[in-house]
Amino acid sequence: MANFYTDNPDMRFQMEHPLMKKIVDLKERNYQDKDTYSYAPRDFEDALDSYDKVLEIVGEICGDIIAPNAENVDHEGPQIIDNRVIYAKGTRENHEALTKAGLIGMSLPRKYDGLNFSMVPYVMAAELVSRADAGFANIWGLQDCAETIHEFASDEIKDEFLPRFNQGSTAAMDLTEPDAGSDLQAVQLKATWDESRQTWLLNGVKRFITNGDADISLVLARSESGTQDGRGLSLYVYDRQDEGLIIRRIENKMGIKGSPTCELVFNNAPAKLIGSRKLGLIKYVMSLMNGARLGVGAQSVGIAEAAYREAVKYAQERIQFGKNIIKFAPVYEILTNMDADVKAIRSLLYETTRFVDVYKCYMHIAEDRKLSAEEREEQKEYQKWADLFTPLTKLVSSEYCNRIAYDSLQIHGGAGFMKDFPIERIYRDARITTIYEGTSQLQVVAAIRGVTTGAFLNKIREYECNELSHDLVYMRRSLISMTEEYEKAVDTVMAVNDTEYLDFQSRRLVEMAGNIIIGYLLLMDAMRSEAYKKPAEVFIRRVFAENKQKFAYVMQFDLKDLAAYKI
Amino acid sequence: MDGLNIIVLAKQVPDTRNVGKDAMKADGTVNRGALPAIFNPEDLNALELALRIKDEHPGSKVTVLTMGPGRAAEIIREGLYRGADNGILLTDRKFAGSDTLATSYAISMAIRKLTPYHLIVAGRQAIDGDTAQVGPQVAEKLSIPQITYAEEVLAIDEKSITIKRRLERGVEIVKSSLPVVVTVHSSAPDCRSRHAKQVMKFKHAKTVTELQDSSEDYIELYKDRPYLEIKEWSVADIQADETWLGLSGSPTKVKKVENVVFTAKESRILSESDAEIEGLMIELIENHTIG
Repeated sequence: MANFYTDNPDMRFQMEHPLMKKIVDLKERNYQDKDTYSYAPRDFEDALDSYDKVLEIVGEICGDIIAPNAENVDHEGPQIIDNRVIYAKGTRENHEALTKAGLIGMSLPRKYDGLNFSMVPYVMAAELVSRADAGFANIWGLQDCAETIHEFASDEIKDEFLPRFNQGSTAAMDLTEPDAGSDLQAVQLKATWDESRQTWLLNGVKRFITNGDADISLVLARSESGTQDGRGLSLYVYDRQDEGLIIRRIENKMGIKGSPTCELVFNNAPAKLIGSRKLGLIKYVMSLMNGARLGVGAQSVGIAEAAYREAVKYAQERIQFGKNIIKFAPVYEILTNMDADVKAIRSLLYETTRFVDVYKCYMHIAEDRKLSAEEREEQKEYQKWADLFTPLTKLVSSEYCNRIAYDSLQIHGGAGFMKDFPIERIYRDARITTIYEGTSQLQVVAAIRGVTTGAFLNKIREYECNELSHDLVYMRRSLISMTEEYEKAVDTVMAVNDTEYLDFQSRRLVEMAGNIIIGYLLLMDAMRSEAYKKPAEVFIRRVFAENKQKFAYVMQFDLKDLAAYKI
Repeated sequence: MDGLNIIVLAKQVPDTRNVGKDAMKADGTVNRGALPAIFNPEDLNALELALRIKDEHPGSKVTVLTMGPGRAAEIIREGLYRGADNGILLTDRKFAGSDTLATSYAISMAIRKLTPYHLIVAGRQAIDGDTAQVGPQVAEKLSIPQITYAEEVLAIDEKSITIKRRLERGVEIVKSSLPVVVTVHSSAPDCRSRHAKQVMKFKHAKTVTELQDSSEDYIELYKDRPYLEIKEWSVADIQADETWLGLSGSPTKVKKVENVVFTAKESRILSESDAEIEGLMIELIENHTIG
């Protein structure tokens, strides 16, 4: 009888953000579907009410089915039988419940049997599922692949594949290979055109493929023989009903054990080309990866929420020295910081999601009509923010999620180290989030542009101008002083004018900017609701000190000091 | 086989499973305001049983029938969200105070209006009264067979149904002709979740009374979409005899309502001797735990 949506007021709070009106109006395009589909909204309020009611279903399935199944799924895991991946029993139940409730293909247009939901409620659903079972969230979250097909494939492919999502088809994105991990330009799996069969054929090996035995797979392959880099790669869609795929093994992982991570061998597997040749990596996969990174952001926030709740529950119940341990300063300090941090990464996650929402809406509108100059400008602007905030979100939320899981286990003491409490699983599940879909180090590489071009600083200045009530102004003063330090640190590093030196300091600079940005987001939340005042204060106090440390490190560091670190 | 007409009897009940300290009023009656109103749990099992038959036999129609005050329309919406096709709310001040006999009379009169039907499915009992009488009484009043404690439908065709019953010491498989009243046990499968599209489609479904009270400006919507009207039937609509309804139609008289507070906190172990067992029985009768 648990409901992960209604038991967390942050969710509705994010849904009521002022920008939602613009997003939903764009997404529903003057509510044009209202007379064609019985389930389409008539106006903004109606749409928001639908989001709310559908998320209630998601929350209920998460609380009543997915979360109670998580422990058994973790123990049982998937297995290969007759070249098919068989999910754990609980995984099958989870997937069936979500499919039967019509929750697969949430963001697809109605003509493909989707719900035409904007990104915010979709990402929110991903967060809820992750809180219930982070491993299962991968299987569910791979419906992202539908978005890629929708954005880039031909109408014929869209008509063939997209309606299958709502019926419960699962998906996979087959990118990684043994020698192509972070460096996807090195992908070798071959795609060749077979003139007699009039189809593309895939041959080669993929590794670490989440949900590798999916019904529908997007496969990155080298279509241009003789090429070596990313410009020779194209993206294909493979239908598991066709022959040619061998599931060689399932990895034995540390966490997210319910999610099958497969090694695949393609052997003359027929496949269809998505979009144009040679754009596979440089355009489509980049877009797919941005979606997946946002997905990991949602997963991280979900895991962090679960870890925080486990910690509070345990600290309230556990008695030592005649007191509930939550009454001890070292314990409540950790818990209060955890709570502020969860709210912090959630605010960042949905701010980013809103940016993605606006530009994607425009992108889809542009398929049907020409955008006005003003609209094009706005799309460009929001896409720029989405592209900068996505790696920042992935970086910060996954790192926080790990720290929160660590702290939650710490609060459990010895009991947390045993397999008796959920935190042991949550801790293991959290670990992958800073690694897959681009490591934290690679997120910094993507986000550093925000520092070097001054874009983050511009955004910070924009946030700075927002109206604040008197009782919040003192927090802005802290953020302004942090911004001065940030500017000074950036100028100092840039003045050295050395790429390797910039690489060395870049994470510090990105995190300094991130701390200020999140501080403002919490401050704006506090403007809308009193409930966020305390988390904002707690968060800003902590990152104020953290930025000072980073600032001191940068300022006392010389280019020549690099030598001491080189190995 | 063509589709079957299935009627699900459902009741809105106070959620007695999560009883807090405000659950009872000082006078010993249930404080309905303090308890959330929910879909009676075994009626949800009944709805699932009906929906599974519909899944297997496309073209079947599931109608949710409930009796209660205006707010019980929520039960019908809940049914529509999960896959029912339509619903009827029996509501009239004259129904107030009905016991199980009067209730089953009213329901049976409503069902007569829904002829032809193949199957009437209801939860075994409701968690507020726990009588388990309404289902069987409806069957008697309609002069059709009944199968109680159903757990699973093993087979169904236009003429007959085979059902597995869950009994205290095992299961029993029985076959009946149609139409039949089936009451469903909590061991039957849980009801499916609401369906996203059904929720968005039917969230505006309202009774005429609700529409009149509503401030929502969707008048056009109801003109174009007749399925959004939840039918309300009064005593006159079902052509029932008023004297058989409400307090006058209810032979059950509540003598006294007592708030029993269990004081014993720990278990006690008794021997097998008749004397000790008799002593316990007297004690339980005296403190009104039983009897």
